Amino acid sequence: MTSTAVAGEARPSRRAHITAITSGKGGVGKTFAAANLAAALARMGQRVLVLDADLGLANLDVVLNLFPKVTLHDVFTGERTLGEAILPAPGGFSVLLAGSGMVEYSRLTPHVREQLQAVIADIGPKYDHVLLDTGAGISDVVLYTVSLADDVLVVATPEPTSLTDAYATIKVLATTQSRRRVRLLVNQAAKPTDGRTVRQQLQAVVDRYVNPTLDGPLRIDLLGAVPSDPSVREAVQKRQLLMVGAPGSPAALGIVEAATRLVSEEQRTS
Amino acid sequence: MDRPAPPEPAIDPAALQLDGALQLLAQAGRPVPTGTAADPGWLQAVIDGLVELSSKDPLTGLANRRTFELALARELDRVARNGEPALLLVLDIDHFKSVNDTHGHGVGDLVIQAVARALLDCVRPMDLVARVGGEEFAIILPNCPSPFGETVAERIRRRVEATAVPLGPAGLPASDLHVTVSVGGAFAPQWVRSTPSLWIERADQQLYRAKAHGRNLVRLEPSAISPVSSEERRMLFDHFQAQEHE
Repeated sequence: MTSTAVAGEARPSRRAHITAITSGKGGVGKTFAAANLAAALARMGQRVLVLDADLGLANLDVVLNLFPKVTLHDVFTGERTLGEAILPAPGGFSVLLAGSGMVEYSRLTPHVREQLQAVIADIGPKYDHVLLDTGAGISDVVLYTVSLADDVLVVATPEPTSLTDAYATIKVLATTQSRRRVRLLVNQAAKPTDGRTVRQQLQAVVDRYVNPTLDGPLRIDLLGAVPSDPSVREAVQKRQLLMVGAPGSPAALGIVEAATRLVSEEQRTS
Repeated sequence: MDRPAPPEPAIDPAALQLDGALQLLAQAGRPVPTGTAADPGWLQAVIDGLVELSSKDPLTGLANRRTFELALARELDRVARNGEPALLLVLDIDHFKSVNDTHGHGVGDLVIQAVARALLDCVRPMDLVARVGGEEFAIILPNCPSPFGETVAERIRRRVEATAVPLGPAGLPASDLHVTVSVGGAFAPQWVRSTPSLWIERADQQLYRAKAHGRNLVRLEPSAISPVSSEERRMLFDHFQAQEHE
């Protein structure tokens, strides 16, 4: 397993803070969170790129209503340059879309590993934040993508299957990578306390069953909670990014709060 | 992709050679669309009929191998995306060659039809039963939780075992023929994009095990160990419920 960057490690040069966004279960709003966090960060003046790292089942293009001519696939095959594949997205950030034809890359071969690593190394210096929208679950590609990031953000909903899968993801990340901090974004929160409640229950089980097996305890930090909000569905139906279509909605405000925390913590640590 | 698509050439149904297609439909006992080639919808009805013919096994009416492979690929995509457990069963009629050798191919066909009916009787409407070879069948069971896999497969095995294929005149149970099936099965890997051939291979390996252990048996691939134990699960949910009730 590839070792991960240790927080506080001296960086050779100024480069983007890389956050892998993942979830145990699919359909909890991982891509929604990636795209809208990116838009919120962009509004704060940050240079942001979202990389669709869900190689086999990419749907960031659908969420953003983009029809890319050049994709990560063309970069992987060497037919196009990385610069040609990076597109402006509505919301003021850049995207690198996987596109169709990536099924062959959904298995972690040495080629896929090299390509992902090269792409991420290339984009790093040009942005403040890079968000990696990984696939759902804990496949080897997902674990590898996460290992390339400085931070990992787990998206979960306060619902039993999502919680179990989020816990499984956190446990696997803690035991197979030297990760000692995981961030949590609680989506579709029914009440304002859901974010804290979910974090507490995940942390309690981690403390009991995972931390005793580790050399140091794993901490789950709550990045934010996005309230359950009909504007989200309305935005999806209009094929609009929530941050663009309903920037004042409760869900969008939840996203902005999470983005603010992401930037302020990053400034404190760097 | 950059060029606009050329205008569609107008199809003149009257100029198409459809005799062979219509003969096939008639032979298969499918209603040949009424009217003439000029009627709207007529050509579509012919095509629909042909599509159905090419997707089904003529002897049993089950999905054929082509349909099965399409459905399998689609199911893998679903499982990779939503993580729902899906089970693939592969079944083989035990000692089928001796049925053919002893009773002739006509009886062999009756046996295959009876097994097909038995399989259809034991599954849900959403499951896909296919005849994938001579005496080989496959069943795709979407959204089948792993604790149920063994139960479902065993129910199918017993159902076939209990099926009588009447050979002689009706009412003479002595002339009924009984067959059994061996069943192998494997669950689709959740959250991981696998390939149909790999999934079939894993189920096939279990079928070989069932055959090797004496036939008329079910063997399922032991499911991958979940990273979450039942105690951890309980603790997660206890917290969840306790806090819900606050």
